[in-house]
Amino acid sequence: MPGTGSEAPAQGGRDTSLPARAKIAVTAGRVAAAVSRTAGRGSGSVIGGKVALRLDPDLLAKLAEHLDVVLVSATNGKTTTTRLIAEALRAAGPVVSNALGANMPAGITAALAGGSDSRFGVIEVDEKYLAGVARDTRPKAIALLNLSRDQLDRAAETRMLAERWREGLGDTEAVVIANADDPLVTWAASSCRRVVWVAAGQSWKEDAWSCPACGGVMQRPGDDWFCGACGFRRPQPHWALSGDHVYDPQGVPWPIRLQLPGRANLANAATSAAVAAVFGVAPQTALERMQSVTAVAGRYDVVSYEGREVRLLLAKNPAGWLETFSLIDGPPTPVILSVNALDADGTDTSWLWDVDYERLVGHPVFVMGQRKLDLAVRLEVAGLHFQVVDSLAEAVRMAPQGRIEAIANYTAFQQLRRAVAG
Amino acid sequence: MSDSSLRLVWVYPDLLSTYGDRGNVLVVERRARQRGLDVTRIDVRSDQAVPTSGDIYLIGGGEDRPQRLAAERLRMDSGLPRAVENGAIVFSVCAGYQILGHEFVNDLGQREAGLGLLDVHSTRGEGARNVGDILAEVDPRLGLPPLTGFENHQGITHLGPGVAPLASVQVGGGNGTGDGTEGAWRDTVFGTYLHGPVMARNPAMADLLIKLALDVNALPPVDSAWYDALRSERIAAAREQQSA
Repeated sequence: MPGTGSEAPAQGGRDTSLPARAKIAVTAGRVAAAVSRTAGRGSGSVIGGKVALRLDPDLLAKLAEHLDVVLVSATNGKTTTTRLIAEALRAAGPVVSNALGANMPAGITAALAGGSDSRFGVIEVDEKYLAGVARDTRPKAIALLNLSRDQLDRAAETRMLAERWREGLGDTEAVVIANADDPLVTWAASSCRRVVWVAAGQSWKEDAWSCPACGGVMQRPGDDWFCGACGFRRPQPHWALSGDHVYDPQGVPWPIRLQLPGRANLANAATSAAVAAVFGVAPQTALERMQSVTAVAGRYDVVSYEGREVRLLLAKNPAGWLETFSLIDGPPTPVILSVNALDADGTDTSWLWDVDYERLVGHPVFVMGQRKLDLAVRLEVAGLHFQVVDSLAEAVRMAPQGRIEAIANYTAFQQLRRAVAG
Repeated sequence: MSDSSLRLVWVYPDLLSTYGDRGNVLVVERRARQRGLDVTRIDVRSDQAVPTSGDIYLIGGGEDRPQRLAAERLRMDSGLPRAVENGAIVFSVCAGYQILGHEFVNDLGQREAGLGLLDVHSTRGEGARNVGDILAEVDPRLGLPPLTGFENHQGITHLGPGVAPLASVQVGGGNGTGDGTEGAWRDTVFGTYLHGPVMARNPAMADLLIKLALDVNALPPVDSAWYDALRSERIAAAREQQSA
């Protein structure tokens, strides 16, 4: 992946400036990470962070102290946006980032403890941990992209997340870059002192029909929205995405040219340009740098498998599926759908019924994954033609010619990646 | 109603549609159309009046605050009770089930009045949420195969003498009263804690609502092979969950 080479190296000048206790904690974390890697339990970054945080609970704050920290949070798009912002800010100085999506305090600590002479720390944060991480890292900027239903069998209510953001960020010194088209994000950000509003769009609207402020019914004419009861309404945006251009606060349109597909990534780039501008990086420079980003943690990767081209797409929740359907190639492109319901996915598959699978009409559709029968009933009711298969290899063998789009939820996506890696 | 048409009303999708409740509407609609019925689907937002002339009303689950808002607005709007007086069929899930009762505990921890269409009242459980697959035997008078679904609630629903349990739990929590009951029903009004969505897991329940609406004893058969496969898998999963 381009840009990986400029990630902060493991050894840097940072350690010398850390107090002794923090230094021991960083070292212990590295040892634990190395043991975890040797034991074959993944990259080890999270366990390293956990050990380090236990030895020094203030470690995250200490590691962040010398960085210009940018936090990125959302239901969807936070890994990609973190990557885009990191690329843009490299125009102004070295960046350390949790580029692989380990987005809870332990993973963030591990990423920052990678140590460096970095100027910027660009950090993806899980929605539930944003307030705490913002308190610890004293960010200069916080990007808030969207909030929607996700893993409801274990996650907090979507509106409660917005409320927690609002309470946790009320006294932040950071410039908050927030999506004015998402009423929940707007509610969360509107108590902050310094907000840059970005009209970044919102395709999925089903979680924002009742006013987050008063519960009134939201009116949504065209792109606008407002509450008829209390007057809470869409703020005037400073930046605006329009087609494949982003308008800056002076009204100048800048073309967005990405290798990443889809409207959602144009929105992510628009927000990233607004973040970069906070640090003096001009839109043209920022957007040009974002063009180098291709696959992010395997997402959007086009791989060769069994002699066929397969594009791997991750969609974890209804809003994500909606954005994904809008970017796939049209019929008769074959589409593989894979859905699991392991703990990391959420064990309730009811959300499948919030996704408009009707939009796949005309595509040859192949259904797989642990919960392929739930999907089969969903597609039957949608009136689609589909075939249920046991493996990616079987789906690829049966698929008519052309590049194949493979859309999967979280653990199903990891399984697809392993399958194509052989 | 005429024999060939069905008015299907979805109550408050803006507030009570959090757990795939749209699926219940889609399954009933699909299975009615497969029987050649002319289905009119009416989605009623919470700032609109609930029509009184529907045949089947579906009310879904929701989070705590939307549940309170829905109860407030449904109490102000007398459409649903009048529809029931007219003989309409009402099927409710989770938060919607609680709203049909006499009262429930709202997001502020206060007792909130429901519509009293079912003789039940709901309180909030002290222990862990009931989360997981559920399997239950339906009241034999309804002549349905076992119910399979997914439950995710902390509520406890106490049944009064004016209702019968919809089902008796084999695996899972159900009404949470410790007596093994799940859901409640009386005449044409039904309530359950089952998601999944319940109609996708139990198409016979969807067919029952259609039969009640048409006042017929049987419907032409439709291909239910995928539903049957899903049911077998989930029933086995529930039994495994129990033995685990």
